[in-house]
Amino acid sequence: MLRYVLGRLLYGLLTVWFIATATFVGMHAVPGDPLLDARAVSPEIRRNLERRYGLDQPLPLQYLRYLGNMARGDFGVSFTQHNREVTDIIREHFPVSALLGVLAISFAALGGLVAGVLGALYAGRWPDTLIRLLVALGISVPGFVIAALAQLAILRLNAWGGVALLPVAGWGSAAHLLVPAAVLGLATMAFLTRLLRAALLETQSADYVRTARAKGLTPARILLRHRLPNAVLPAVTVLGPAIAAITTGGFVVELVFAIPGLGRYFVQAVQQLDYTVIMGTTVFYGAFLVLMVVLVDIVYGLLDPRIRSAQGAR
Amino acid sequence: MNHAPVPADFLPLERGVDAPEPLHAGASQARRAWRRLVANRPALASLLVLLALLAAAIAGPWLWRVDPAAQQLGQASLAPSLTRRALLVADTEPPAACGDGGGLRVCGNAHTVAVRLAWDAVADAHAYRVYRHELAPRDAHDLGVPLAELGAGAAPAFEDRVGLEARRYVYSVAALDASGTMRVTGTLALAVEQAIPWSAARRLGLVDASERARIGSQLRLPAHPLGTDYLGRDLLARALHGARTSLFVGFAAPLACTLLGLAWGGVAGYAGGRLDDALMRVADFVVALPFLLFMILLRVAFGIAPGESGVAPLLLAMVLLGWPAPARLVRAQVLALRSQPYVQAARLFGAGTPWLLARHMTPNVLGVLLVSLSFAIPSAIFTEAFLSFIGLGVVPPVPSWGSMCNDGIRAMFAHPHELVVPAVLISVTVLAFNVLGDGLHDALDERGDTR
Repeated sequence: MLRYVLGRLLYGLLTVWFIATATFVGMHAVPGDPLLDARAVSPEIRRNLERRYGLDQPLPLQYLRYLGNMARGDFGVSFTQHNREVTDIIREHFPVSALLGVLAISFAALGGLVAGVLGALYAGRWPDTLIRLLVALGISVPGFVIAALAQLAILRLNAWGGVALLPVAGWGSAAHLLVPAAVLGLATMAFLTRLLRAALLETQSADYVRTARAKGLTPARILLRHRLPNAVLPAVTVLGPAIAAITTGGFVVELVFAIPGLGRYFVQAVQQLDYTVIMGTTVFYGAFLVLMVVLVDIVYGLLDPRIRSAQGAR
Repeated sequence: MNHAPVPADFLPLERGVDAPEPLHAGASQARRAWRRLVANRPALASLLVLLALLAAAIAGPWLWRVDPAAQQLGQASLAPSLTRRALLVADTEPPAACGDGGGLRVCGNAHTVAVRLAWDAVADAHAYRVYRHELAPRDAHDLGVPLAELGAGAAPAFEDRVGLEARRYVYSVAALDASGTMRVTGTLALAVEQAIPWSAARRLGLVDASERARIGSQLRLPAHPLGTDYLGRDLLARALHGARTSLFVGFAAPLACTLLGLAWGGVAGYAGGRLDDALMRVADFVVALPFLLFMILLRVAFGIAPGESGVAPLLLAMVLLGWPAPARLVRAQVLALRSQPYVQAARLFGAGTPWLLARHMTPNVLGVLLVSLSFAIPSAIFTEAFLSFIGLGVVPPVPSWGSMCNDGIRAMFAHPHELVVPAVLISVTVLAFNVLGDGLHDALDERGDTR
């Protein structure tokens, strides 16, 4: 097991290095001049600026410095926000995104579990039909449309109730979290529901289920003790991609609901071409996602001994 | 029948010697799969919907010849309707007689170009305030939008020309006395009629310069079956042109990914060993590349400034980062096929690598690829919509369903149809592809029709 975990971690580290390198190469391969500004800069000032940013040194040296700074968590200073370190931006706004993401994942996992089990239990009858309809909607309606519709629904609800039951946008209280987290988790929930329902139906004809039935166990017990643990396994593998999807989805939800998370700053930086912020957040997000995937792999290895032996040998 | 095998039986055949014809038992695999797919009602319906959408995207802009980028600010945010008429009015009308008495009253026709109001002077009034509400006012604090504050005069009147739409409005006039205390003196509910000013009608070529006599009559306007957006652009034209953008990106990117993946994964799976390891390691790393950053860099490399449309970098980024998924799929499939008895048998008959790839590998991988393609297309459509939404993809005036959603969200509360039209198109397309993908998956599953 230890070998498996170490292998995964090493692989994750290699991936992060690759992302950082690709970012560096990409940024330098693209035409353009970081010091090109509307103001005319005299050669002396330009030389000083280049020295300040280390741009006068040969590229391999710049690359090493860049890697060293990243390893120490120093991503440089924002281009557009004066004297603001990228690290500070991340430190300040990532917790907001993380809180939203954790809530969304929990909502998705819980909702997906309940809806998937219900769908499999009532397969072919109306609760199943209803759940499948909702799943189809969750999978096929774009996130920003759902976010906008949710805002509209809150507005109508508040107007109907005569008081502000839920805030339409913003950040600060627990009530601000509720709807954005649900919206963010919806697509993942739909996906998990579909997966779990299919996996549960697959177990219906498994040998161990027949054995359990022959032993005289109740259907509820067979479902919870025998079928569910086996059906949940494939759902764990999609948690990695699900975290990635929720991270990307967070950009939109944060934008629509005016939540001061890192995603919103990232999109802003993208629109303003704030290179250091883009680079810093990209590498940060990349490292975060790789860490999550590695964690999910480790959890999967813990749950399923077959994986551990198969991949540990690699 | 009693033939004892001798070593000569297993030698490769000479070139030009016909191999024994295999016996065909029943229909081919593809034909059986097609039969199962057609029997699956939702999948068949999805296929038809998608074909219809595709036809609309290809032929639509030829049939509905309206410029998707033409703005008509006077006809902004119109609800969907098939027949549209409007009252032709002069650009500026002379003051109309309103008569006396009767409290707050409307002079002439109330139409979307102007609503003229008049009311009786109130004895102690120092000034009047005019309000406009879209609902019936509940009390004196709920009068709606304050339009103007006017000094008191003998025959007070007001002309409203601010953002009028063809709907019901409730106007209120309040009088302010010397101390500034406000008292509502008149309320009037009226329906405003859609109108078009003379100059706009001339610009659209709806009337000749000699037809000034038609002022005051109804004019038939070009219809907007799906309404117009916040700049008065025809939504049907935008939806049809947008379908071209969205479906082009949606099809082209996954298709290119699949072809690239087929080659990459096929080579990796067929060659095996160290080459396989190296190729798949590259795929692993490409997956980890940050998509948005890549997108931005490509845009810069293509020389596209922020806020400009760029389909090429979008497509390129999706292809360059998207191929590992089909490549893995193909590799796994080829690995499994390689050890299948019938492939080994074919090799025994002397089949070379090209023949094996063309005759045995590709057809068997195709089914899996078709299923993965039908799931990759909706995800590509989503990606395009998302990127256009954050301003990295297609930007107005070029229409795409994603950029139309972005426009529509701004006016969502007042004019939901502007968001509903593109959102429904995206959702229907994505749903249809998902259902079709499920159907294909079941149809290609040779285990039969158990589910």
